[in-house]
Amino acid sequence: MTTAPPLALSLRAVTVRYGALTACRDVDLDVEAGAVHAVVGENGAGKSTLLRAVVGLAPLAQGTITIAGELIARPSPIEARRRGVGMVHQHFLLVDTLTVAENVVLGDEPRTRVGLFDRRRAEEEVAALGEQHGLAVAPRRLVSELSVGERQRVEILRALLRGARTLILDEPTAVLTPPEVERLFAVLRSLTAAGSTVVIVTHKLDEVRALAQRVTVLRRGVVTARLDAQTASTDEIAEAMVGRATRPPVHEARATGEVLLSVVNLSAGDARSVSLEVRAGEIVGIAGVEGNGQSSLVEAIAGLLHIESGSVCIAGADVTRASPTARRALGLGHVPEDRHRRGLLLDWSLADNLLLGREGELAHWWGIDRARVRADSERLLVQSDVRPPDPEALARALSGGNQQKVVLARELARKPRVLLAAQPTRGVDLGAIELIHGRLEALRASGVAVLLVSAELDELLALCDRVLVMLRGRVLATLTRDEATKGRIGALMTGAAA
Amino acid sequence: MRKVIDNLARALAPTALGLLVALALAGVLVRAWGGSPSEVYRLFLDGTWRSAYGVGQVLFKATPLALTGLSVALALHAGLLNVGAEGQLALGAFAMGLVGAHLPAATPALVAIPLCLAAGFLAGAAAGAVPGALRAYRGAHEVIVTIMLNFVILAKLSDWGQRFYLRESVHTAPIVAGAELGRASQWLPSMHGSALSAAGVVALVTCLCAWWFLERTPSGFRLRAVGLGPDAAEHAGVSVARTRLLAMTLAGGVAGLVGANAVLGYKRYYEEGFSGGVGFMGIAVALVGRNHPLGILVAALLFGTLAQGALAVNAVVPKELVDLLEGVIILAVAAASAVSSRELRLAARRDA
Repeated sequence: MTTAPPLALSLRAVTVRYGALTACRDVDLDVEAGAVHAVVGENGAGKSTLLRAVVGLAPLAQGTITIAGELIARPSPIEARRRGVGMVHQHFLLVDTLTVAENVVLGDEPRTRVGLFDRRRAEEEVAALGEQHGLAVAPRRLVSELSVGERQRVEILRALLRGARTLILDEPTAVLTPPEVERLFAVLRSLTAAGSTVVIVTHKLDEVRALAQRVTVLRRGVVTARLDAQTASTDEIAEAMVGRATRPPVHEARATGEVLLSVVNLSAGDARSVSLEVRAGEIVGIAGVEGNGQSSLVEAIAGLLHIESGSVCIAGADVTRASPTARRALGLGHVPEDRHRRGLLLDWSLADNLLLGREGELAHWWGIDRARVRADSERLLVQSDVRPPDPEALARALSGGNQQKVVLARELARKPRVLLAAQPTRGVDLGAIELIHGRLEALRASGVAVLLVSAELDELLALCDRVLVMLRGRVLATLTRDEATKGRIGALMTGAAA
Repeated sequence: MRKVIDNLARALAPTALGLLVALALAGVLVRAWGGSPSEVYRLFLDGTWRSAYGVGQVLFKATPLALTGLSVALALHAGLLNVGAEGQLALGAFAMGLVGAHLPAATPALVAIPLCLAAGFLAGAAAGAVPGALRAYRGAHEVIVTIMLNFVILAKLSDWGQRFYLRESVHTAPIVAGAELGRASQWLPSMHGSALSAAGVVALVTCLCAWWFLERTPSGFRLRAVGLGPDAAEHAGVSVARTRLLAMTLAGGVAGLVGANAVLGYKRYYEEGFSGGVGFMGIAVALVGRNHPLGILVAALLFGTLAQGALAVNAVVPKELVDLLEGVIILAVAAASAVSSRELRLAARRDA
C-alpha cells in the first residue's frame, strides 16, 4: 500500500469531562474507512463516552473531531447524522408500541402527496433495505414482539436508512445470544465489504479478533495501546486493558473461621449454578465484566431475586426461601450495587436513611425516639466521615462517595456477620474508596465474612483472599491470592482463556 | 422551630396562591354574571366564618372531608391511590348504623360510641383490605379495583340494605340514645341549628393519631419508605406487600369513620347516598393538604368553607359558581405542586 487509506473518523486530543470527573483524556483515534475498528476497555474506561462525544451525546471539553475529512465544529446528533455517522446504543431507543417500519422511519417519515404518513412506502423501504443488508425484520411487526437481536437490527436499519456510512455500535453483543452474535457479525462484515465503516465498542476480546482489523485500547480514559487486531496477542490486549501486572501487596496469612455464607448450585436471574463459600474473617472477591451474573448472584443471596434452583445458607441456616428480613436477622448485610434505587431514599434525610431497616431497634413502645435517632445518626455520620455530617441533609444532595458511606454506615450499624458488597466503590472518589476499603479490612479482622463484587481488579487484588471469576453467569475459576494476577483474571473475565 | 414554619409555609404557598387566583377569578365571574363581587364576598363570609352557626356548619362539612382526605393521604404515603373512599365510607357508615340501632336501648355512651366507631372502622378497613391485598399479592392496580369496588359496595348495600331499612324509606332504624354523638349546640348555644357534633373531634383526633403514626412509629416509617422507594425499602428488610396491605386497610378504616358525622352525629341513622361524594373529594383534600395530616385539616376547612359558602351566596349567584371556584383552587394547587415536583426531578437529573 502506498497511500494511507482515507479516514472515516478521526479524533485528536479529545477530552470529555463530567463535572470534576474526566472520562476521557487526550484521546487520539483514527478509524480507516471500510474497516471494522474496535475500541476496547474495562467498564468505566471511557470507551462509550468517547464515541458518544462523536455524536454529540457527551460534552466535548477539548479536542477535535473530523468525520470523513471534515472538521465538526460543534458535534451534535443532527450534525453526526448529516455527516453519515449513526450510533446504535447499548440500550435501544425504540418505541415498543410502534411497528418496525414506523420505528425505522420515525422522525423522517415518507409522506404522501397530501402530506399524510405514507405507511406503505415506509414498509417497502424498510423491507428493501433489510433485504439488501441481510437485516430482514418483518416491517409490520410490533417492536414489543421482537427479540433483542431483532430490535438491534431495527436500530441498525434506522441508522442505515438515514444514510449512515459509519456505524458506531456500543456493546452490541452484550445482550445477544451466540447465534445472534454470529448473525450480527455477518451483517457487519457485509457492510464493510460494501464500503461502510464500523466502530465497535466492546470488552470481549474474542469479538475483537473475529471482526476487527484495528483495535484501540482505553484504560481510565487514556489510550494505552493501538494494535493490529489480527496480529496482537490476547495477552497484549488484556494487559493494555487492565494495566501492567503488578504484584499485590503481601498480606499475612490469617486463620479463617467457620463457613458463614455458603451458596450451592445457585441459579437465579443471570447466575447459573454458582457455588461458593465465604468463611468468617475472609474477603472473597467476584471478578467479571458487568452483566455476567454477579448482580443476580448478590440479589439472590440477599433475598431480592427469586431463586430457581440451588441453595443459600447463612451461618448454617438454609435461607433459600427466606424473606430478606429473615436473612437480615441472621446477620446478613448488603451494600447494593444500585445505591440510588436500592440503597437510599434520595428524598429523605440522612437520619431517616440511616434509620431505614433499623427503625424497630430505635423505637420505644410509644414510637421512634427522634432525639435518639439524631444522636445515633450523628455518631454514624462522623464515624464514617460523611460530609456534611448533617443528619437533616437530603441524601440527594450528597456526592456519590458520601452517599455510599451512608449506605455502608447503615449496613455496618446492624453488625452483620456476612456482608455482601456489590461494586462498593463504583463512581466514588479516592478518599471514599480508601475509607471503604479500610472498613472492609476492619470487618475481615473482626471475623465478618465479606463477599465483594467489583469490576475493579486493583480493588479485588488488594483486598481479597480468594477471587472467583464469573463469565456468562458461571464461575469460571477460583483463584487463590497467589494465583490471582491481573493478566490471569483479565484473560478469564474477557473470555480469552477458558 | 424555624424549620417547621418554613416547611409549613412551603406547603401552604401553593394553596394560598390557588386561593388568591380563585378569589380574583370569582370577582371577574360575578361581575360578568352581573352581580356585585363585594356583596358576594360579604355574604360568603357572613354565612361561614362571621357567625357561630356558619362556623359550625363549616366544621360539620369539613369533618368527613378531613377523614376521606386522610384516607387518601395514608394510601398515598405508601405510593397507592385510594379512589375507593366512597365505597369504604358507605360500608363503614352502614355498619355503624346497624350496630347503633341494634344495641340494647340502655347501652351507656361509653360502650356504645366506641363500639359504633369500631364497627365503622372495621367495615371500612375490610373494604380497603380487599384492593390492598389484590395489589400487594396479585399486582392488581388499586385504582381500578377501588373504583370498581365502589360500584359493587354501593349496589350491594342498596340491595342488601333494604332488609334493614324502615318501611318506605332508604334509611335504617335510628341508633340508640347511647350511641349518639353530642351536638356542638349542646355546649355552645350560639351554634343552634348547626349539625356540628363531636364527630369533628373524632376527625381531629384521627388526624393527630395518623400524624403520630406516620412520623413516629416504625410501621409508619416503613409505610413511607415503601411509598418513596419500594426497592430501597425491600432492600432494608421491609415487606413491601404487607406494608401496602396495611396502608390500604388503614385508609379504608379511616374512611369508614366518616359515618360518625352523619350517622352518629347528625341524622342518627344510616341513609343511602348520605355522603354526597366526599369520598372522591378526599383526593382533592389530600392534594391540597400535601398529604400531611395537619395540612389535611386545613384543606378540609377550606373545602368545608367553600361548601358552606356556596349555600350562603346561593341567593345572589348560582351555586355552580362556587363549584367552579373549588375547581380553580384544585387546579391552581395541582399546577403549583407540579411545578415544585418538576423542580425536584430536574435537580435529580443534575445530580445524576
